[in-house]
Amino acid sequence: MRFHTYSSPHLTGPNEVGLLMHRVAWALAPGALAAIWFFGWGVLLNLALSLATCLGAEALMLRLRGRPVGPALRDGSAGLTGLLLGLALPPLAPWWVVLVGGLFAMVLGKHLFGGLGYNPFNPAMVGYVVLLISFPREMTLWPPPQGVAGLHPGLLDALAWKFLGQLPVGQGLDSLTMASPLDAVRTHIGLGQRLEEIRHLPVFGSLAGRGWEWVNLGYLAGGLWLLRARLIHWRIPTAVLGSLFVLAMVFHLYDPDNYASPLFHLLSGATMLGAFFIATDPVTASSTPRGQLIYGAGIGLIVYVIRNWGGYPDGMAFAVLLMNIATPTLDYYTRPPVFGERDPDE
Amino acid sequence: MNHPSYAQITREGLWSNNPALVQILGMCPMLAVTSSVVNGLGLGLATTLTLVLSNGIVSSIRHIVRPEVRIPVFVLVIASVVTVIQLVMDAYFHELYKVLGIFVPLIVTNCVIIGRAEAFASKQRADRALLDGLAMGLGFTLVLITLGAMRELAGHGTLFAQADLMLGPMASDWKLTLLPHYRGFLVAVLPPGAFLGLGLLIALKNLIDRRQEQRRAARHRQAAPAPATAAS
Repeated sequence: MRFHTYSSPHLTGPNEVGLLMHRVAWALAPGALAAIWFFGWGVLLNLALSLATCLGAEALMLRLRGRPVGPALRDGSAGLTGLLLGLALPPLAPWWVVLVGGLFAMVLGKHLFGGLGYNPFNPAMVGYVVLLISFPREMTLWPPPQGVAGLHPGLLDALAWKFLGQLPVGQGLDSLTMASPLDAVRTHIGLGQRLEEIRHLPVFGSLAGRGWEWVNLGYLAGGLWLLRARLIHWRIPTAVLGSLFVLAMVFHLYDPDNYASPLFHLLSGATMLGAFFIATDPVTASSTPRGQLIYGAGIGLIVYVIRNWGGYPDGMAFAVLLMNIATPTLDYYTRPPVFGERDPDE
Repeated sequence: MNHPSYAQITREGLWSNNPALVQILGMCPMLAVTSSVVNGLGLGLATTLTLVLSNGIVSSIRHIVRPEVRIPVFVLVIASVVTVIQLVMDAYFHELYKVLGIFVPLIVTNCVIIGRAEAFASKQRADRALLDGLAMGLGFTLVLITLGAMRELAGHGTLFAQADLMLGPMASDWKLTLLPHYRGFLVAVLPPGAFLGLGLLIALKNLIDRRQEQRRAARHRQAAPAPATAAS
């Protein structure tokens, strides 16, 4: 009779890359639905285009590299990159912007480094940043949110604009777009106005930007579900949001006329999407407990610095990429000691 | 000390030991000024001239320079050559000189030049040193032009813009607009585009080398049975 002895773990769950990616994709749903509701068909078109581009580019690169295509496509990592990029892009961006972003994300951001697990930078953010510095005009094409006066194109108008570049009859581009709340704060403070006056602009809602606050709350809800399902760890999102909150609080208390409130920063731009879904990418984030705290805090700090004193209205993508570079160093210096490594007499 | 043939020296400089693609030297000017073909050509030719002159001088004084002080002497020689070239460029190609700016005097610190002086010219006869300077310089220039063309085409959709800066008014209409109504892909002209472009060029060179290696190996396998039977 033979007794099998197995080493731990003795209980295994169905934890595969594919399952993780699909659950993360579902967790994006509340925020994505809010974004579609407030910003119209463009968001949905972006998602579809970006998803198709990323899956196509993944399949193409896998073929070129002589790897099996099917399993890698089914694991959902390329799809998740596509979803994140699609949600990050401005809804009125033309089709070729989405295409270029998806190609750069998958080809340069992922496969030239060796594919899933080898990429030092978050692929979706690589694609986004390439677009941001290459096409500054197209990357500001945010429509006015639902509930703000302005033109809200229907599906046909959105399709005509995205693929053919045709505006609805008798309308200029200016009537389709509107500065995002972060952009508005930045411009108007630059003009010497005080936050108290800026808050009465139509883009502002009750907590932060109109629409943006609900999109961010949606991502927050999805992120909390991810935490509860133990798909991500609390350290990175808490550190991102915590450092952003503390910095915003300090400056807001010091000079409330020129520095927006912490709540505004938490519910504006890409804060929640970045903190829960982008910064927590297991491939590119730090993997040690202390390293994750430093990594997250660094992202919050860079986001705040860029929003207030940088050249762009939001800085989540730059912050994530910059901390991605720092990740190997962080992991090296914050490695937990192996049991028995320290001399007890010390 | 081995004495390579002229053909070997030429092949090393242009391809197998290319300063930009294999030695990865002189990155600073290579990445900074290659935003267009003309800029790349201008800096490449200035670097080539410096390399030829400095290699020639270093080689001809190699017996009278004591080894302990050779590096400072080489630097002095290179700095003098670059100063002459800088003044000549300022006099005859003033507009191009203004575009290239600080990178012309910075040729002094280009590692390709001190590298060739130390590794090659200080140990070889003057004729070989001159040829090495020319081959290395041309190899560097070719990469600068290719990188400049890639970035100019991707960034602006043109080639040979501003050629009149270098070749006079007759070249003022040389500008080729290959992609009309092109929106411009800004990242190609910005510094990240230089790194991406250089990386792609190095990858391309490695790919070509590997293909050649495979082909040679395949030929060897085919050719191998014949001498084996002859020997038996």
